[in-house]
Amino acid sequence: MGKLINDGIRVDGRRVDELRPFRLEVGVLKNADGSAYIELGKNKIIVAVYGPKEMHPKHLALPDRCVLRCRYHMSPFSTDVRKPPAPTRREIEISKVIREALEPAILVEEYPRTAIDIFLEVLQSDGGSRCAAITAASLALADAGISMYDLVVACAVGKVDGTMVLDLSDIEDKEGEADMPVAVMPNLNIITLLQLDGILTHEEFKQGIDLALSGCRKLYEAQRKALMERYFKGGLNQQEEAE
Amino acid sequence: MPDVKRKYVIPGDLITEGNYRPLANVVKRGNKFYATRIGLAEFGQEGVRVIPLTGPYIPKVDDLVIGKIVDYSAFVWEVDINSCFMAYLPAKNVYGKNFTPGQESLVKKFDIGDLIAAVIAAFDRTRDPILSVSGPGLGKITKGEVVKIAPTKVPRLIGKKGSMIRTIEAGTGCKLTIGQNGVIVVVGRPEGVIKAVKAIKLIEEEAHLADLTKKVQAMLGIKEVGG
Repeated sequence: MGKLINDGIRVDGRRVDELRPFRLEVGVLKNADGSAYIELGKNKIIVAVYGPKEMHPKHLALPDRCVLRCRYHMSPFSTDVRKPPAPTRREIEISKVIREALEPAILVEEYPRTAIDIFLEVLQSDGGSRCAAITAASLALADAGISMYDLVVACAVGKVDGTMVLDLSDIEDKEGEADMPVAVMPNLNIITLLQLDGILTHEEFKQGIDLALSGCRKLYEAQRKALMERYFKGGLNQQEEAE
Repeated sequence: MPDVKRKYVIPGDLITEGNYRPLANVVKRGNKFYATRIGLAEFGQEGVRVIPLTGPYIPKVDDLVIGKIVDYSAFVWEVDINSCFMAYLPAKNVYGKNFTPGQESLVKKFDIGDLIAAVIAAFDRTRDPILSVSGPGLGKITKGEVVKIAPTKVPRLIGKKGSMIRTIEAGTGCKLTIGQNGVIVVVGRPEGVIKAVKAIKLIEEEAHLADLTKKVQAMLGIKEVGG
């Protein structure tokens, strides 16, 4: 395997602190209560939110809050070799991790005895799909009109060829020395997801967190723009006039 | 609200700082108010609130709703009110206190699939909404066109002191029954109903924009409505 970083430039031509090209869209599905679509590098992920709705089976409902259910799923055609559609251990784990990353942002006590379902379908996969999925899921939740303390935005950092880099692609994820997905609520400055696969020194960890937060900030701006585009298109200059 | 300032917000946005009262869809941290929904934030003397642009219908006591009977038992009808909670209409709220199951068959009054206009008689965090159909204009809906809009757009459809609803009724000659849950029944002549439905859809699409009443008046070809 050759070097993954040459003169500060990565295999796909990016600098170490650069995100892959991304695109976010809100309200892409008519039948869902809220939906969003994200493209991040080669990742293409669509997220649908249903709810809050009546909890079935009823005995699983919680008396004082809603139950959040998450399903991260990779389509059989999302990888280079067909992936069997049944949920794998990895998908089940990522579903749980995403749920736990989104839960702190939602005012779950506002919807007692109900359920919120989040479906995250990976149409095409690349490195960092859980982060992209979280970013899109928080948009879909906001689109569904669910009360949230803040949006959640996620981004991965990692160590490649001994250098901390932002937003790992598939090859960097597999060949690199460490991978650390981070999700944050940007306005509140609260981290809701922090995983680390590999070994980092204290210095590298600190540098990684800073790098991840800078990446999240850029993605957050895109999230905000996507929501504004969907809801306030044409109305941005009439703020003071609205009845 | 006099001297009200407004701005568009998304969840997590800082609305304002200061000594205000949190009214709806905001959280207070220290002296700062943050939005929890997408919508139009208003802050003034009365307090801080966000008027949401999207979201589910959460029942409130005394709300008029239009629901569909989905099931019944010996004592109650189960009613879908387009919310995350299933509503219940107890038979004694229809037949009176002396109702005894067995003597009356509930299906004679309301059958599965029937639409009813009802008010929320009781609701809180711990139990599902209870409906009542005693009151003028409440009960089974026998005719009209049903239109569904997002529940968050209902206040805009009604307008300030009912100005928008009056505009539509005057412009189309139809009678509108608006449920707070986003279900609307339009009754009138076919050509009027078509116009009214168009106007309702326009309001739903452009609920966040200003001068909507004028737009609707222009669409319906009327100049000015009194009140």
